[in-house]
Order: sequence, then C-alpha cells, then structure tokens
Amino acid sequence: MSGRLFLAQRATAAILAFAVAAHLAMIILAERSGLTAGAVLARTHRNAWLLAFYALFVAAASIHAPIGLRNILLEWAGWRGRPLDLAVAGFGLVLLALGLRAAFAVYAA
Amino acid sequence: MIVSRHLRRGFAAALLHRLSGIALAIFLPLHFVALGTALKGADGLEGFLALTRNPLVKTAEWGLVTALALHLALGLRLMAIELLAWRERSAAVVPGAIAAAVAVGLLFLLNAS
Repeated sequence: MSGRLFLAQRATAAILAFAVAAHLAMIILAERSGLTAGAVLARTHRNAWLLAFYALFVAAASIHAPIGLRNILLEWAGWRGRPLDLAVAGFGLVLLALGLRAAFAVYAA
Repeated sequence: MIVSRHLRRGFAAALLHRLSGIALAIFLPLHFVALGTALKGADGLEGFLALTRNPLVKTAEWGLVTALALHLALGLRLMAIELLAWRERSAAVVPGAIAAAVAVGLLFLLNAS
C-alpha cells in the first residue's frame, strides 16, 4: 500500500473509531425505544448536527472501505494494477453517493 | 509456546478484522439504499423497517452489529500497535476485543424491538 493510501486509511480509521462507537450506541438506543420510522425520523428530521455527523461518517467510510478492500483483493485475489484501482475507486464513489443520499433522506423526510 | 500463541492470536485478529470488514463493505450499500427509502417519507422507511422485524433479518442485523463492533475493537488494537508501537500485550487483548464485540451484539439483541 502506498504511503498516501496508508495515511488515508489510518486517518479515516481515527474518525470512524468515534463515529462507529457513537453509531453503535445510537443503534442500541433506537432499538430500545422501538424502531419505527416515526421514532427514527423524529430524531433526524431537520437535525443539522446529525446530518453533519452522518455526512462525515459516510465520507470517512467511503475512503476507508475501498482502501481496505483494495488490500484484500490485492493479497487474496491477486488482483492488481489499474483495473483494481478503478474498481475500488468506483465502489468508494457509489458508497459516497448512496451514503450522502441516505443522510439527506433521513434529514429531509 | 508463548510466541506461537501470540502469533496465532495475531493471525486470528487479522483474519477476523478482514472478514468483518468484507461483511460490512457488502452490507453498507444495502443499508444506505434502505435508509434512502425515507426520501418517500415515513411510509417508505416504515415499509423497510417492517422487514427488519422478521427474525431472520433481525439475526442478520445482530451479526452485522457484532461485525461492526468487532471491526472497531480490532481496529483500535491495530492503531495502538501502529501508532503507539505497543506490542507487548497486543495478542492478549484479542480475546477481550472479541468478548467486547459479542457483548455489544448481545446488548443489541436484548434491546431489539
């Protein structure tokens, strides 16, 4: 892994450590209070802090996951070169687009 | 013997970290698509959440929550090794990381609606 990818992987891991811990706590609390669309959207609707949190979470995951997958495909599947880079970059962009759409959906609903 | 156990735990940690990462990478786009149903309003999201009350789906959710907690715990271990040059007891914490992930999974199940 190049130095730049290594740094990006570790920097996003540091962000995700906090974001995932908070997300796990929110998942358990949401389950505890009854997981209904009304209850979920009551927390997220027009909540700019949560929108910012989830946008950062999605951005970090969209960088972290493709780099991790790239390492696995490189080492376990022997896939390398430009096709590998394009595939994982595409996966990252799809994650980013779908994730931001989801964050906006629960904010605007 | 001690070195062999250290290596075995280190290998198990690396393998579990990767497998949980693969599971999360597969799940993440589906999770985002599901949350995107909120664009159709509360009814759209409720339609998806109704599916998650199926015991099979709930079991899959439990697995993913556990995988997320495991990936986090083993990732923190990895960061401590790389950033703090902490090696001495790095293998000893692997069972603790797995136990913490199982505990989070159980908390999820106990509170599941």
